[in-house]
Amino acid sequence: MQIPEIVGAGLIVIGAGLGIGKIGGSAMDAIARQPEASGKIQTAMIIAAALIEGIGFAALFAK
Amino acid sequence: MYLCTKFQKRNKLRYLTVMVISNKPLRFIIATLVVCLPLISFANSVQDTAKVKTEAALEVAGEAHSEPTDVKSKIKEFINHHLLDAHDFTFSANEETGEHYGFSLPIIIWDGGLQVFSSSKFNHGEAVAESNGNYYVLHHEKIYKTDAKGTLTEEHGHPTNATPLDFSITKSVVGILAMALLMLVLFTGLAKSYAKNNTIATGAGRFFEPLVLYVRDEIAIPNIGEKNYKKYMSYLLTIFFFIFFLNILGLTPLGFNVTGNITITLSLALLTYLITTFTANKNYWSHMLWMPGVPVILRPVLAVIELLGTIIKPFSLMIRLYANMMAGHVVLMSIIGLMFIFKSWIGSSLSFVLAFSLSILEILVAFLQAYIFTMLTSLYFGAGNEEHHHEEAHH
Repeated sequence: MQIPEIVGAGLIVIGAGLGIGKIGGSAMDAIARQPEASGKIQTAMIIAAALIEGIGFAALFAK
Repeated sequence: MYLCTKFQKRNKLRYLTVMVISNKPLRFIIATLVVCLPLISFANSVQDTAKVKTEAALEVAGEAHSEPTDVKSKIKEFINHHLLDAHDFTFSANEETGEHYGFSLPIIIWDGGLQVFSSSKFNHGEAVAESNGNYYVLHHEKIYKTDAKGTLTEEHGHPTNATPLDFSITKSVVGILAMALLMLVLFTGLAKSYAKNNTIATGAGRFFEPLVLYVRDEIAIPNIGEKNYKKYMSYLLTIFFFIFFLNILGLTPLGFNVTGNITITLSLALLTYLITTFTANKNYWSHMLWMPGVPVILRPVLAVIELLGTIIKPFSLMIRLYANMMAGHVVLMSIIGLMFIFKSWIGSSLSFVLAFSLSILEILVAFLQAYIFTMLTSLYFGAGNEEHHHEEAHH
């Protein structure tokens, strides 16, 4: 593995981490505001996180 | 009178609490044992490879492919070997004596005719197998056709020998068959018990009923809709429990890595793609090929993008499950491998704590990945079955 590829993989992981973190944070806010909708929010959160994670993995393996 | 009943109640309550408490340690011990199982197996196998390091000097040099000798590359090789499918079932191997503890599996290959023989002929990749006058050799879990001496012509590090079609019952296939059998027995048994006990869950049904209902009420109905969900339920339940069981199987000491194998996830994603394509309604295809409500010039462009999207969706399903399970196995085994790199009590205890917590996380991931695969599958099915609402959409 060459150095630019390692840096690229690192950047992807940072990006994916930030994205999933933001989704999680927003979901926390939303649940705090509307605890009765927590089930729906959780489902949507997991789907969005999974999609971002998929992109992260795809990019990592495309090295 | 009142006091008496109160006293009785309290007594009953105390009795109940005592019962619960006395049950707890037993359950805790069992749970701890179950959680520790993967650690035992992984640790043992790595230990076996690490032991070889001290004996490396004694090993015979000059083999066909030179074996790495230091601990780091030994661990790396062990992990790589674990991620691959295997043609024999080895629980553990002692590389000092060359002994393998396990059993061999049938090899079935098509090479101008069906050739069936036992994988013990390969002797774990060290011997040339002979079948009906043809010679085969196992190289990195791939079968190549060779001459009687087993010579491999290499180019850029990859053998150029002919590869026969391989239909062998490999380790992963054994795992799949075992899980399929388990699911068949378990769920037909559950169906019978429901018929017998007047639709009341008993035994294992108490654990599986909430999961089945969860798939139906939280995954299928909201995404596919009341009207069409029933015809997809069998597939969704099958795929959910298949992935869930195989993920859990990957955490047991048997050392399976089935869902972390891209060919398995490819076939699962392909099934989802085929079902979406063949059960989609007219509305889905009209939105796919000739999108209503956009300028005519844009329609072919959108059609290309939409058609690409139908392939990218199952592709991401495939990559997600494969990468998650593979990454989980690699990280867990690397952390256990730290023990043999540090070789001190600090490293060992650190690695134990990390591996322990990671194993618990992996159980969550096993469930989560099964859930996400089923969820996204039902989303795609739902998209293929959406009803036509022309009036709302285009005004």
